[in-house]
Amino acid sequence: MKKRSVFERIAAAPHLLWSAIFIIAPLLFVVYFAFTDREGNFTFENILSLSSYSHTFLMSIGFSLIATAVCFLIGYPLAYCMARMSEKTRNILMIMLMLPMWISLLIRTYSLMALLDNGGIISTFLTSLGFEKLTFIGTDAAVILGMIYDFLPYMVLPIYTTMTKLDRKYLEAAADLGCNNRQTLFRVILPLSMPGVISGVTMVFVPSISTFYISQKLGGGSFDLLGDTIERQFKNAITYHTGAAISLVMMILILISLAVMNKFSDSEEDIIV
Amino acid sequence: MKFLSKFYIGLIFLILYAPILVVIIFSFNSSGSLSSFSGFSLYWYRELFRDGEALKALKNSLFLAVTSSVLATLIGTLAAFSISRSKNKYYKRLAEGVSNIPMMNPDIVTGVSMMLLFVGVGTIIGVSDTLGMWTMLMAHTTFNLPYAILQILPRFRQMDKSLTEAALDLGCTPAQTFFRVELPYIMPGVISGLMMGFTLSLDDFVISHFVSSPDFKTLPLYIYNQTAHEVKFSMYALCTLMIVVILILLIAVNVAGSAGESRQRKKEKKTTGVSK
Amino acid sequence: MKRVVCLYTLLLVLLTALCITLSSCGSENARTLYVYNWGEYISDGSEGTLDVNAAFEEYYYEKYGKEVVVNYSTFSSNEDMYAKINSGASTYDVIVPSDYMIQRMVEEDLLAPLDLSKIPNYANIDDDFKGENVYYEDDTDNIYSVPYFYGMVGVIYNSSIVAEDDEQIGSWGLMWDADYTGDILQFNNNRDAFGTALYYLGYDVNEATEEQWREALELLKSQKDLVQGYVMDEIFNKMKSGSAAVASYYAGDFLAMHEDNEDLSFFYPKEGTNIYVDAMCIPKNSKNYDLALEYINFMCSEEVGVANALYTYYASPLTAVVENAEYQETMAEVHEDAMEILYGDMAASVPTQAYLNLTPERLTVLNSLWEELKVESSIGIGIYVCCAVILGALILLVVYNVVKKRRWAKLYD
Repeated sequence: MKKRSVFERIAAAPHLLWSAIFIIAPLLFVVYFAFTDREGNFTFENILSLSSYSHTFLMSIGFSLIATAVCFLIGYPLAYCMARMSEKTRNILMIMLMLPMWISLLIRTYSLMALLDNGGIISTFLTSLGFEKLTFIGTDAAVILGMIYDFLPYMVLPIYTTMTKLDRKYLEAAADLGCNNRQTLFRVILPLSMPGVISGVTMVFVPSISTFYISQKLGGGSFDLLGDTIERQFKNAITYHTGAAISLVMMILILISLAVMNKFSDSEEDIIV
Repeated sequence: MKFLSKFYIGLIFLILYAPILVVIIFSFNSSGSLSSFSGFSLYWYRELFRDGEALKALKNSLFLAVTSSVLATLIGTLAAFSISRSKNKYYKRLAEGVSNIPMMNPDIVTGVSMMLLFVGVGTIIGVSDTLGMWTMLMAHTTFNLPYAILQILPRFRQMDKSLTEAALDLGCTPAQTFFRVELPYIMPGVISGLMMGFTLSLDDFVISHFVSSPDFKTLPLYIYNQTAHEVKFSMYALCTLMIVVILILLIAVNVAGSAGESRQRKKEKKTTGVSK
Repeated sequence: MKRVVCLYTLLLVLLTALCITLSSCGSENARTLYVYNWGEYISDGSEGTLDVNAAFEEYYYEKYGKEVVVNYSTFSSNEDMYAKINSGASTYDVIVPSDYMIQRMVEEDLLAPLDLSKIPNYANIDDDFKGENVYYEDDTDNIYSVPYFYGMVGVIYNSSIVAEDDEQIGSWGLMWDADYTGDILQFNNNRDAFGTALYYLGYDVNEATEEQWREALELLKSQKDLVQGYVMDEIFNKMKSGSAAVASYYAGDFLAMHEDNEDLSFFYPKEGTNIYVDAMCIPKNSKNYDLALEYINFMCSEEVGVANALYTYYASPLTAVVENAEYQETMAEVHEDAMEILYGDMAASVPTQAYLNLTPERLTVLNSLWEELKVESSIGIGIYVCCAVILGALILLVVYNVVKKRRWAKLYD
């Protein structure tokens, strides 16, 4: 048996080594850059200068919060409806839901832009109907719409998965004990599908708070979200340090909100039990 | 109620697919206009295939996707093996925690941190042109790794320990046990890890954006560069082709998967029938 | 499951085969020339034009009997290019920076002096771009660059949206005209965006004091509510499709847009505007100096110059190109006043000033002012209301759950 454990240890080595070099070390580099100036001296300057970006932080959080909420409001009923379909339909719907997830984000955003652009299909159609010219691109609504459109499948999929795995006995029990459909939905299905909701919310919130392609394309360059700011700082060697500081703060922010959410979901489970 | 839910599903999917359909339809437009469809033509596809840069980017993308997914699955399989077998609680927690980091972190932070690593190490050792194919390969392997482990680890956990023990008792060396008993059992996990890595790597834009250099562009980077300029309809053609390839892959995998599953179910039924 | 395995193996084999066949296209022993140029800045063979890079490979093979491969990559701003060269992240052999960037790179000793005896076609360059007239090179002994294209910034407007008798036509004021709120496009790079404001205010774009920069910032902030967005090459689509009505951009690009949308008109603002020269240079760390000279020489030949000029529509510094009959004819088809706009009196009638390299202090100021402008954004009150509602709902939910839990706990006790 001794040999066996040696083999186990050797097998662990590549992963640990790789993680140390390519996961832990880069994060240390971010911290290092965030707390040093160009000469390599320790400084709080970069972190302190972030106060001028408070607006960017607020706006990013606001946009992604709204996008996440709307995704949930649209996605939850969709997952619910899908889960109630027959198995054959469900499989087809599943493929249809996965397809957009597999298509590059760039392509989907770009195609949405093609649709919404002033000379695009929708506006041509509306103007031909005699409506006044509408501008979508470059508005906050367009950016949020882009986030919703791009990340909606990420919300639906985990919720749908937890729903289909739900033990039907719970539903039968609820019906037997006199719940109507609506009560079953709110008192049984919703709490039980909470883990799916949590992972869905994470999967929408995190990419939308850090996106830069969506705001570049659909915001017409007038919305500067966190992702845009970070990306711009890393285009110019002078501003790496500011960029690292923003990235660090954003990372911590996300970790905190994930921790809070997990806490929230734990208390939720307690209620059911 | 049934009708309402069908209507709702239809509506959402229509919205989800409308932009994609527009791109597909207009890639066949004979003129370069988005507001009117003037006639069917394959002009933009011809333009696309004459574009050497796009083909080079495709080649780079495929190369990167294959190598990084294979490398990640290799490391991931070993890691999953030792995580599932190890009795050291701290090691288990550490290994799983570490592989969670790239999955939880936004892509942009992962990309930026890796860029700082490469540039920083480059300055330390005095090599100036660090970014390129190798850094891309390292970055892609890194973000594929957690997904590979995620696919393979459950298979190891499901596996009956007595199988391994039996093999060892019957005189297999640990390596033989691994290759003859465990590997075949976890194969489905390995395959899905490979496929996951392949698609993730093929699809990745954000991380590549930070760790690439202009002389090693992947397809998403090429598309990004193109869309920053004037909208070219050959890009629509490229998008259409990619969508079609993905659709075929997805359906093929699904059909193969469900066929395999139903066969397995039949087998299970048979064996349970016999035992009864 | 076996079928999945088979499918995947098959796929892998196919892809590997594809990789191998694709990679075998490039020959092993050929030298590679790394060219780093602006996007869409060379005749690339699309839609029946001359593929200049392929032509160079052919030309070189015929002349020397050796194979050469041009590795052509593109950048979208001088600063991007500078970062790549300065970080030494890659080595390039030919780069095409703009005037002020050349000045900076010469000062920082990043460029190699050119051996003009190896560039006989340098004689084709107009005298306006030689000797004393090269305002962006201070070193009198050496030449570091060969002009590629030049041009001026002007204002493009859609005459079907902007009234022909609008009194702001002819002035930068059109970019600040509240009548076209939501239809104005501003540059998405700090130097050019601040440039428009400084020219409008009548200040010196290179020597402006910090108060003048601040004033420009205020002007740009006041414009922020009027603009549809800060964009660069997206302007093409937006102007051609009529999504936007007013934008400032380069004269050559206007001609390209006009080809697709006849409603577009153009003027050089009377307050003065920017003139720029983009020129070919060789970075100091180039590994193929001779090859790079050969490439530059090739680019200055009449045939290639015409092909490029007809592809980009920018003004060519090659006299042979400007006098070429075929070139003149084709340009006249694009726009009746094309030659006039690019080379003629129209361009000469307004004061022009080129961007020069700014001192590091000024650059820092410009960077921070630009950040200030970008960060400032007026998002609607609706966003805040929505956020407040969502947060409120979340908090309510949490409180409700906590209360409920307590009640249950009490019941069980």
